[in-house]
Amino acid sequence: MSVSTAFAKAKADGRAALVGYLPAGYPDVQGGIDALLALVDAGCDVIEIGLPYSDPVMDGPIIQAAAQKALEGGVRTKDVLRTVEAVAATGTPTLIMTYWNPVEKYGVERFAADLANAGGAGLITPDVTPDFAQDWIAAADAHDLDKVFLVSPSSTDERIAMTTAASRGFVYATGIMGVTGTTQATAAGVAPLIERTKATTDLPVGVGVGVSTGAQAADLAAYADGVIVGSALVRALGEGLPALTALTEELAAGVRRA
Amino acid sequence: MTVSSFDADERGWFGGAEGFGGRFMPEALVAALDELTVAWQEAMADPTFVAEFEQILREYAGVPSPLYLADRLSEKVGARILLKREDLNHTGAHKIRNVLGQALLTKRMGKTRVIAETGAGQHGVASATAAAYFGLDCTVYMGSVDTKRQALNVARMNLLGAKVVAVDSGSATLKDAINEALRDWVASVDHTAYLFGTAAGPHPFPSMVREFCRGIGDEARAQVLEQYGALPDAIAACVGGGSNAIGLFTAFLDDESVDIYGFEAGGDGYDTGRHAATIYAGDRGVLHGARTFVLQDEDGQTIESHSISAGLDYPGVGPQHAHLADVKRATYEPVTDTEAMDAMALLARTEGIIPAIESAHALAGALRVAADRPGQTILVNLSGRGDKDMGTALEYFKLGETE
Ligand SMILES: Cc1ncc(COP(=O)(O)O)c(C=O)c1O
Repeated sequence: MSVSTAFAKAKADGRAALVGYLPAGYPDVQGGIDALLALVDAGCDVIEIGLPYSDPVMDGPIIQAAAQKALEGGVRTKDVLRTVEAVAATGTPTLIMTYWNPVEKYGVERFAADLANAGGAGLITPDVTPDFAQDWIAAADAHDLDKVFLVSPSSTDERIAMTTAASRGFVYATGIMGVTGTTQATAAGVAPLIERTKATTDLPVGVGVGVSTGAQAADLAAYADGVIVGSALVRALGEGLPALTALTEELAAGVRRA
Repeated sequence: MTVSSFDADERGWFGGAEGFGGRFMPEALVAALDELTVAWQEAMADPTFVAEFEQILREYAGVPSPLYLADRLSEKVGARILLKREDLNHTGAHKIRNVLGQALLTKRMGKTRVIAETGAGQHGVASATAAAYFGLDCTVYMGSVDTKRQALNVARMNLLGAKVVAVDSGSATLKDAINEALRDWVASVDHTAYLFGTAAGPHPFPSMVREFCRGIGDEARAQVLEQYGALPDAIAACVGGGSNAIGLFTAFLDDESVDIYGFEAGGDGYDTGRHAATIYAGDRGVLHGARTFVLQDEDGQTIESHSISAGLDYPGVGPQHAHLADVKRATYEPVTDTEAMDAMALLARTEGIIPAIESAHALAGALRVAADRPGQTILVNLSGRGDKDMGTALEYFKLGETE
């Protein structure tokens, strides 16, 4: 299933899609795969796998700590691709969220080819905007991959239009001005950005950064096509798989409650 | 604003989109970077802003710094060594130029708070100074490894009224302090300016920081012509992120007869892998918003740099330096900890000047170059004074003994 089909299916059910994030390699490569499979089982519609990076400027303390643990455990880019392969095999669309340098170092074209071979759906790129992504856009188009770029409350209307025009799969709207896992996004806070984004595109719009509870998911699902949760899941995984499953089920119920 | 043939295009690319620089940043910060670019360009075109900046530099920071012929040293090495005395500036380094420029711009933009990253604490102290001067609220991010190594500078920042935040993430050093400052900025960008400490980072920082520091070279070029009637044969500066070096180089870039040298931290020796010789290593990557040379592993994870000099201990470098190396307009070479410390002692004893360890790298490199250039004139940027480094010197030279 593609990312856009997953969003369309959720929409047909009259609800928002649930997008779950965990970094690869945390607590170790196999443990990370098991955790991601638990997200699939507990009701995530789309999976976002973080590629651990040494200098993650958009991440708050929880994801930073998990990524650092993964790197200290020796996770490699090829392990991330292996993780994608294991998760994508379930049929749930699977994206990688990555800072740019690991992709550039791997080789943009080679990364796109290997991601496509692993069954991956595409990339979410938090530190590359379409105006500096020519290589990635070309490689993604050649390999039929999704390009998920971010829009932010501070984006001008022109930049939102430029960004959505270059996106495929969905558009990632950041719920707050801040990094992951710190402040809480509110429906009132993100509604204007979702509206401005929707005015430029028919692509689904997912809201991420600042979403952690089922109640919030329900609240945001009334405005957005998808709700993206990261830090809260990473924190739950820190407590163990049962906690992770419980939170994912709460969030999945949340997006169905709107 | 005069330009050189080596400037960035309007998107921040040095040498085109296949070259270096650009802006690899979260969308959340793009509007602020665009706003900053416009505000900076308007300010530089406004004679009132330029005059105010020059007046503050002159009356408050002690600029222009003198160009000094190091006689005894010159005699010793058989070449004429001229020192651009940035060590005499207020707060003890070239860095005051950059922060006064950026803080003045912050005022003009109506923002009330500044943030900064710092390694050794020099840029932090300079930022805290500028914030005090302009009445701005100031927060400085500093790796927790560095807050311990440089406790005196933390105290200076505190005394100047700045808040210092110790950063524990990653390697808990300068690069992580930059990450944390960027995270703050994403959440505070509506009222906060990021005073970036070197000529690196996303567009417009590499160009803007260069323009605020270029007085070093503009003054030195005029001084050398006036005092000696000719351009130098070579110029030299140390390169951490690259602000003092690009500040010196810019005025000379289009003087083809002048050879340009940048000296990076060679740490324990380039071959040991424990160094900060980013350009010499020559591995392209993207770090802190720009494509440049980066110390990184096979997977593009940043590798920790090593140097006795905290100010040069950075695994990236400003993109214009990457470009100048690429087109061979400038030569970049490593200088080891030992060479730098020897040069520090030499300058102290022959001239009565204790340089910053960063600047001692420039001097050591220049002396190496001088050996092949008997009788020639070499202009060295003495970017800062060594007061802040006395703890390191005390340990390294086993000082403090009495007889
Ligand atoms: C005296 C001095 N020189 C040089 C540097 C290196 O910075 P840059 O390469 O930006 O000039 C520093 C940084 O702290 C410094 O304090």
